[in-house]
Amino acid sequence: MNKLIAIEDVVATIPNGASIMVGGFGNPGTPFTLIDELLKQGQRNLTIIKNDANETSLGISKLIENGQIDKLITSHIGLNKTVIDMMNEQKVKVEFYPQGILAEKIRNAGAGCYGFLTDIGLDTEITDKALLIEHQGKQLRIESALYADFAFIHAKLSDSYGNLVYESSAMNFNPLMAMAANNVIVEISHLVPSNQLNPEHIHTPSAFVNSIVNLELSSHKNKLASI
Amino acid sequence: MNVNKIITRAVQELESGQIVNLGIGLPTKILDYISPDLDIFFQSENGLLGAQKISDETSINPELIDAGGKYIGIRNGASFFDSSVSFAMIRRGKIDLTIMGAFEVDQEGSLANWKIPGYFSPGIGGAMELAQKTPKVIILCSHNDKKGNSKILKKCKLPLTAKKCISRIITDKAVIDVTDNGLVLKEIADGLTLEELIEQTDAPLIIPQNIGTF
Repeated sequence: MNKLIAIEDVVATIPNGASIMVGGFGNPGTPFTLIDELLKQGQRNLTIIKNDANETSLGISKLIENGQIDKLITSHIGLNKTVIDMMNEQKVKVEFYPQGILAEKIRNAGAGCYGFLTDIGLDTEITDKALLIEHQGKQLRIESALYADFAFIHAKLSDSYGNLVYESSAMNFNPLMAMAANNVIVEISHLVPSNQLNPEHIHTPSAFVNSIVNLELSSHKNKLASI
Repeated sequence: MNVNKIITRAVQELESGQIVNLGIGLPTKILDYISPDLDIFFQSENGLLGAQKISDETSINPELIDAGGKYIGIRNGASFFDSSVSFAMIRRGKIDLTIMGAFEVDQEGSLANWKIPGYFSPGIGGAMELAQKTPKVIILCSHNDKKGNSKILKKCKLPLTAKKCISRIITDKAVIDVTDNGLVLKEIADGLTLEELIEQTDAPLIIPQNIGTF
């Protein structure tokens, strides 16, 4: 049941054209080390799902600037002028969702479902008239669940089984994405023995986690310090 | 634009007992201005309830930011949660007041603040859900854009964030309430005449007998 693996080996399992959910809201919770390995290995034609685009020359912005991403499914890129310009120049496709709808699409997939009904954005251009439905006396729209091939997650603590604990505002999309992707790769700041984690305080149960990259290992330490 | 004037006026909207969400930009600056005596829970949509400004640089936790990316602290009684819980709180109307910025607003209280096609589209973020589901929505913006055009329009031209959602608009020149009858002027900035304000506002304003200044 030991899920610890070398970062090079686990990232090498990602093919060109894969869809990858990436945790984080701004810097906190962004799996920077996994992203940097993907930049190094150079997989292309990727679809990335992340709340934001990080900032210029940081996190997934590097992958976008390097031309590895065809499509970004996101909520807000206002803090990244580089990606806004690339979107305007049609160098990357960007699909926007209201932040909580994006979260709910991911949560819904993580719960093994296929969609939900909402009234958010009914009066706006995000509403596809073909997906309107009358339900319980209300006009609503159908929003589909959002699955992905892989998830890159950043957690503060894990045991070797993959029971995860996140830190403060670094939680954000991480626990949702850890449930919605078919193959979940987690980078962790600290590996702890299982008996040191209180089962009542686990945020993501180990069943959802496939692979763990321990950032404490010497080969990653320099990268960690550079973040 | 007189940022200080807008924020100072906006702070008067806050009172103990409220749960408040502050949008990226001008509104998040409110945290630096409020009295510590106010018993308010600031919700930040990246996953916390109970944000406050950091006491000093040494207390920075790199994993603890507000939705605009600024380092913050937490008050007694704070909680952390994931993004789906954060927006459950918002869509269920648990936030009493949201204060956000705007590209355009109009006389029906509609809001546009996420997309200027082909030029600057930051994206929706939490704005659509906050604007549509919070009982009280206050907009902070400059009264006119850099070219002098009014941001307070008869009808929004940009893609909408939400329709008929705004309660009050606070600019550097006026405080305006959105009512069923239209926009009602409540306060005018010191040193500005009514004629000047009307001239600089695209939407018609209802002018009551008593108008405050700020």
